[in-house]
Amino acid sequence: MRAAFLALALVLAAPALADSDMPPAYWANRQLPNPQQEEQARGLMQEIRCLVCQGESIADSDAELAGDMRDLVRRRIAAGEKPASIRTWLIQRYGNWISFRPPTQPIGWPLWLAPLALLVAGGLLAASRLKRRRSR
Amino acid sequence: MTGWLRFTPIVLLVLIVAAMLWRLANPPDTTVHSQMIGKRIPQFVLAAAVPGVQGLSSTQLADGKPKLVHFFASWCVPCIGEAPVLDELKKQGLTVEGIAIRDRPDELAQFLARNGDPFDRIGSDPESKTQLAFGSSGVPETFVVDGRGVIRLQHIGAIEAEEIPAIKAAAEQAR
Repeated sequence: MRAAFLALALVLAAPALADSDMPPAYWANRQLPNPQQEEQARGLMQEIRCLVCQGESIADSDAELAGDMRDLVRRRIAAGEKPASIRTWLIQRYGNWISFRPPTQPIGWPLWLAPLALLVAGGLLAASRLKRRRSR
Repeated sequence: MTGWLRFTPIVLLVLIVAAMLWRLANPPDTTVHSQMIGKRIPQFVLAAAVPGVQGLSSTQLADGKPKLVHFFASWCVPCIGEAPVLDELKKQGLTVEGIAIRDRPDELAQFLARNGDPFDRIGSDPESKTQLAFGSSGVPETFVVDGRGVIRLQHIGAIEAEEIPAIKAAAEQAR
């Protein structure tokens, strides 16, 4: 009984987030009436990092600020702005970090080249071993 | 496989484990720094957040005098502890402008009555729009804006009493 009560209390407990008691912004949890625009907005929202829960996108996050960011994205898309321009606006304010699809930069090149380099190294290793076995 | 080549897997493993341990011991900085430092403040016009107080717009920030722009809220607990520090900054001659995030007029009025009101103007930002335009990501945050309306400094979190001289110096440099 006590365990059940504790479990129930855990389920009902509100997370201790520093949130206001204002309702979510108008477009935070509402779809745009135009399905094409909603699709554009959704695509962008899935690639923008939430400033509060930093591993989540603003599409997935329950944080209030994420709701405000979804509101901002939907409003701008509805006003005819392109997703790329909204992304640029956010990057100007928060850096490339805000986007889950950052532009390729020289510092990331080794990461892209690593599979090729490993493949070549593996091939050379295999070739040398096969050659040795044959010559034996 | 001969000579040192034999040990490369172990060496690699040790390097990877060492990198992981180093990251555990030095967790990355999770504060979000605004990229707007050195840039002009974004354009905004905010209605008054409490009756009887002036609202705030971007044109009022570029009037030749440096200012503190303080993002806060009545529901923000650290903001209560920070209130005396803002009073002290105001006492030392700084202009403090407020932007209230997602707040209600009655709750904000209570907050000001209880914790003091160092603000010249307080704009209401009910959907965090202006906060996002500043590159800010929470409350409390304080920006130093110079007389031409250029952002000079972002202070994330409550300003501690020891940090008053640094904030004051930054504002004085921002003439």
